[in-house]
Amino acid sequence: MSVKFGVLVFPGSNCDHDAYHALKHVMGNETRFIWHKEHDLGDVDVVVVPGGFSYGDYLRSGAIARFSPVMKAVVDFANKGGLVIGICNGFQILLESGLLPGAMLHNRQLRFTCKYVNLKTENSDTPFTSAIPEGTILRIPVAHGEGNYIADQETLDRLRGNGQIVFTYCSATGEVDDAFNPNGAALNIAGICNENRNVLGMMPHPERAVEKELGSADGQFIFKSIIEHMISV
Amino acid sequence: MYHARIYVTLKKSILDPRGKASFGALKNIGFSGISDVRIGKVVDLNIEAADEQEARGIARNACEKLLVNEVMEDYEIELKAAAKQA
Repeated sequence: MSVKFGVLVFPGSNCDHDAYHALKHVMGNETRFIWHKEHDLGDVDVVVVPGGFSYGDYLRSGAIARFSPVMKAVVDFANKGGLVIGICNGFQILLESGLLPGAMLHNRQLRFTCKYVNLKTENSDTPFTSAIPEGTILRIPVAHGEGNYIADQETLDRLRGNGQIVFTYCSATGEVDDAFNPNGAALNIAGICNENRNVLGMMPHPERAVEKELGSADGQFIFKSIIEHMISV
Repeated sequence: MYHARIYVTLKKSILDPRGKASFGALKNIGFSGISDVRIGKVVDLNIEAADEQEARGIARNACEKLLVNEVMEDYEIELKAAAKQA
């Protein structure tokens, strides 16, 4: 069985082809692009909201994209339990659309930051992380100017209590500390999921880390988790 | 016709990295008397509405729906009657 992935395309998306390549050619699954003007997701099993600069990041990152027609379909899909993964700008769009709580500030160092980071999997019991071998630190690149995650204390407590913090920035040996935080994000948060565990947002780019020849294949663990989850349900 | 000027600012509890960098730069060029810098944005709207209350309602709705992210931002609306545009 092949899992059907749909990769959204907004004006200004620029990681849509990377995601397509990773899912179709590397992971070997049926994948198609979904233009942001579409109202219907068709028969896709998993929606990928890719990175980039939708609408030039005007107003706020993701603020305008969330009103694209396709996002209404994505919200309905997510509310019915469909798997949605938002990467980088895709994460920002999911925050703006209310599928995930919180918001993104400018990186505290004010620079666009493009580098490999180490990620600790804080919750392996999600459809996005179940195939990550226990204790494995993922090496995956970030590339963003606004990844400084914030939410009020009550929301942070809830995220932590519910196991919704999925990935944190850490050292190569898994130590979670502010010294390894590339942007100032609260609690070193790199990725969170919703309460139902079917919507994930993450700043690092797993689709850019699927081939060893290009530096790291650790992103494959996340896609493998999704695929195994979809085949098992 | 009404003119609404909307001031969007980061909530006080939130660190403003752009303000902080500008504060550092001002200090570097000799502005020793400035003790803090916060940077926000201004949005101007021209609104067709029957009265001030309706215009304010439209502006507030636009803020809540799109212009402001209330997780991290506050806003203030300044409303004035304006001459009809030709």
